[in-house]
Amino acid sequence: MSNSPLTPGVVAHRLAPAAYSQNFSDVQPVFDRHEARVAADRCYFCHDAPCMTACPTTIDIPLFIRQIATGTPEAAAKTIFSQNILGGMCARVCPTEQLCEEVCVREVAEGKPVEIGRLQRFATDTLMATGVHPFVRAAATGKKVAVVGAGPAGLACAHRLAMKGHEVMIFERRAKAGGLNEYGIATYKTPNDFAAREVAWLLQIGGITVKTGVELGRDITLAGLEADYDAVFLGIGLAGVNALRAAGEDLDGVRNAVDFIAELRQSDKAAVAIGRDVVVIGGGMTAVDAAVQSKLLGAQNVTMVYRRGKEKMSASEYEQDHATQSGVRIIYGAAPIRVLGTGKAEAVEFAYTVDGPKGLEMSSETFTLKADQVFKAIGQTLLAAPIAQDGAKLVTQAGKVWAGGDCAAGGEDLTVTAVAEGRDAAEAIHATLMA
Amino acid sequence: MADLTTNFIGIKSPNPFWLASAPPTDKAYNVERAYEAGWGGVVWKTLGSEGPPVVNVSGPRYGAIWGADRRLLGLNNIELITDRPLQVNLDEIKMVKRKWRDRALVISLMVPCDEDSWKDILSRIEDTEADGVELNFGCPHGMAERGMGSAVGQVPEYIEMVTRWVKKHSRMPCIVKLTPNISDIRKPAEAAHRGGADAVSLINTINSITSVNLDSFSPEPMIDGKGTHGGYCGPAVKPIALNMVAEIARNPVTRGLPISGIGGVTTWRDAAEFMALGAGNVQVCTAAMTYGFKVVQEMISGLSQYMDEKGMNATADLVGRAVPNVTDWQFLNLNYVTKAKINQDDCIKCGRCYAACEDTSHQAIAMSADRTFTVKDDECVACNLCVNVCPVENCITMVELPKGTLDERTGRKVADYANWTTHPNNPAVAAAE
Ligand SMILES: Cc1cc2nc3c(=O)[nH]c(=O)nc-3n(C[C@H](O)[C@H](O)[C@H](O)COP(=O)(O)OP(=O)(O)OC[C@H]3O[C@@H](n4cnc5c(N)ncnc54)[C@H](O)[C@@H]3O)c2cc1C
Ligand SMILES: Cc1cc2nc3c(=O)[nH]c(=O)nc-3n(C[C@H](O)[C@H](O)[C@H](O)COP(=O)(O)O)c2cc1C
Ligand code: SF4
Ligand code: SF4
Ligand code: SF4
Repeated sequence: MSNSPLTPGVVAHRLAPAAYSQNFSDVQPVFDRHEARVAADRCYFCHDAPCMTACPTTIDIPLFIRQIATGTPEAAAKTIFSQNILGGMCARVCPTEQLCEEVCVREVAEGKPVEIGRLQRFATDTLMATGVHPFVRAAATGKKVAVVGAGPAGLACAHRLAMKGHEVMIFERRAKAGGLNEYGIATYKTPNDFAAREVAWLLQIGGITVKTGVELGRDITLAGLEADYDAVFLGIGLAGVNALRAAGEDLDGVRNAVDFIAELRQSDKAAVAIGRDVVVIGGGMTAVDAAVQSKLLGAQNVTMVYRRGKEKMSASEYEQDHATQSGVRIIYGAAPIRVLGTGKAEAVEFAYTVDGPKGLEMSSETFTLKADQVFKAIGQTLLAAPIAQDGAKLVTQAGKVWAGGDCAAGGEDLTVTAVAEGRDAAEAIHATLMA
Repeated sequence: MADLTTNFIGIKSPNPFWLASAPPTDKAYNVERAYEAGWGGVVWKTLGSEGPPVVNVSGPRYGAIWGADRRLLGLNNIELITDRPLQVNLDEIKMVKRKWRDRALVISLMVPCDEDSWKDILSRIEDTEADGVELNFGCPHGMAERGMGSAVGQVPEYIEMVTRWVKKHSRMPCIVKLTPNISDIRKPAEAAHRGGADAVSLINTINSITSVNLDSFSPEPMIDGKGTHGGYCGPAVKPIALNMVAEIARNPVTRGLPISGIGGVTTWRDAAEFMALGAGNVQVCTAAMTYGFKVVQEMISGLSQYMDEKGMNATADLVGRAVPNVTDWQFLNLNYVTKAKINQDDCIKCGRCYAACEDTSHQAIAMSADRTFTVKDDECVACNLCVNVCPVENCITMVELPKGTLDERTGRKVADYANWTTHPNNPAVAAAE
């Protein structure tokens, strides 16, 4: 180990080799059989359960937990997958503290919810470890559907369509399928190549062909797809990023957080270059993930700066705590004025903000943070709109084209929401094609 | 501080907690450690006649059922009486009793059903200075096939006969231990009473199969692919034991016959319940086998705190307090009307009461769109199911309707005490008119 957290500049190998595998392994310890049964036993099997209503994919949570409690986690997994084919990923990445667990009656009553996410992980891991795919396809319908984007929305849509007996062709511009599961989600939420393994497991249903390296708008057109297929689903996510609009944005060392994360996800962690002083600008999950993983790569000082107050931050309380516990400093209520440096970033100057009647304004109070690396994480946007828009997003249906996931209107930008929307679009496509 | 000392049929002990005849009382080593931990007395593991001792299986002899977090709720065993030579046991009993004069030491016995066998064993134990004998008419397995244990306990005439022999050939206080594997527990108790028993103890274990291995299709505990019924004990059997104790306590024929309560005693509260139903002391086996001898310390502190809170000075103040309130169904007040009431502040909105009442009871709970659950007084029959299924203790309570108020379900005002014996729907009443 030639470098350390103190080494100036943006360098790789800041930590001892063993530290990387430890830092990027599972954050949440996995339940063993006994722990799972004890945790499952806490569920009250609520009538019309609030947790189920809060789940965007409406998994029958009391039922699957009872199936775990009675020693049949495989059956529990089937209950989960029948509503959410990416139930394995969702078990790892869902902000459960804002979804099912937030409304669990035991959270409300005693501040300690049934650990639904970890139980879901236990069930889905158990079944997936057997290699068995629990669904079979219906008789072939002879219909063909094109799916653009192999993220959670596209995969969920494709799987449901295949189950119904349709032939599905997925077009994905990246080299691997999975979308942000593969290129975005924090490494420690999905270690051991889980995203790729999950895609392979999902595709066992059959009837789905994935073509990678094909980009809509460059290699294929929507009009072409509409001509060749009975229906089209767009699950293209948000491929654009918001600009900082602050001076010095183009200095070396200033990057989009999503690009940094995508590269990190695909690399040997020890070989990823990271600054000694890292500044992350933004307040969402992307910002948290960039900041935490910078710290885990061995950066000495990592500061996240968010322009509004703590309560406005879109990363949950749990995520914020995770960041601070990982050694990230969070500064609330400050916005960047400019990135300073000659040729490459050296510092960022911020102004404190005031949230007044005219909205958010910069105050005259400023401060400067040392920074050899700056990550911009102030939101993703649609890059192109192949169909009409509804606000900043695509409409969910236009003729024989459907859209879902981050790119489409409605719901929050979460993996589980993308799965729900992809699945529901498949049901709508199926109903239309079979009408 | 309440005085926990008890005098049970002349046998004194510093507290009412005895270890039942079972593995915890199998040898001097165990019994001395139990006394050190605080147990008031022990009933030594059942002795048999002189001769080659019985042989136990060398595979699993216990099976169990569990609740959440593998809390042991019920234990089952296919163990026999002591498998150690008689003289070894007798020597140890004598040694222990000499060292521990303030503790109770009762010897459990099970020998063949003839007078000579009993006369012989009684003369052998005389010299140990033990405080009394307990006749094991209870074990449901292994010994019954040899004409002992529950084979005797299920035939009241035999109980009476053997008890008479024992009283004839020994001056020691004699406790008859009853098997629950019988349809009317009062019959063997009456027989013991007729035979001159000083007390009865109950219950011994209940015939049971704890589970079936669904791979090998053998009952558990399994010995070489086969299983047999064993004796069930532990928390799960307590309700059965309480009822049997109460039946004997309120039976006019046996009223006043001292009872040693056994079956699932795990905490001070269980013990207090047995005593309130008429038990002069309690015996414990499974709780000790699950948690070790130290559990008695909680039983002692809990019982004395409870007695202090109730202003009871001695255990006699507690024994039998609930017996007058045990009655037959036909004497229950049919004009006692209650309604379930949900405390909205405590309710966590799980909806279990709703599912239970709606699906399986009387459709008497309403659920609003915002998950507020309320009882419909005009439908509620007061069955108590919602109270039992609600995960929050005391969230749903049964509120008594005062006399004279309208019961919205029946449209009638709450009237004075009246029971089935005088109810117009009772065919017997109609016939008499
Ligand atoms: C850093 C980060 C961390 C996150 N962490 C979490 C988390 O912990 N929990 C959570 O629930 N959510 C998290 N999210 C959000 C979550 O990842 C997304 O909501 C989810 O992936 C959306 O799924 P999708 O299928 O709509 O889009 P994506 O996952 O973005 O997939 C879209 C796919 O379409 C492809 N594509 C795009 N344009 C084209 C085109 N023109 N032609 C062909 N293919 C195209 C893309 O390459 C991609 O594979 C995170 C997001 C980011 C950026
Ligand atoms: C392994 C085992 C062996 C037992 N052996 C005897 C015995 O030899 N003699 C006897 O009278 N009762 C025997 N019993 C029954 C207990 O003394 C007691 O009556 C019964 O277990 C109920 O009490 P509990 O619920 O506290 O365990 C045995 C119980 C167990 C679990
Ligand atoms: S709300 Fe909580 S307790 Fe109720 S069913 Fe869901 S997980 Fe179980
Ligand atoms: S007491 Fe019985 S009938 Fe009344 S509300 Fe409860 S469950 Fe329903
Ligand atoms: S069972 Fe109890 S906690 Fe649950 S909804 Fe009914 S009253 Fe409320």
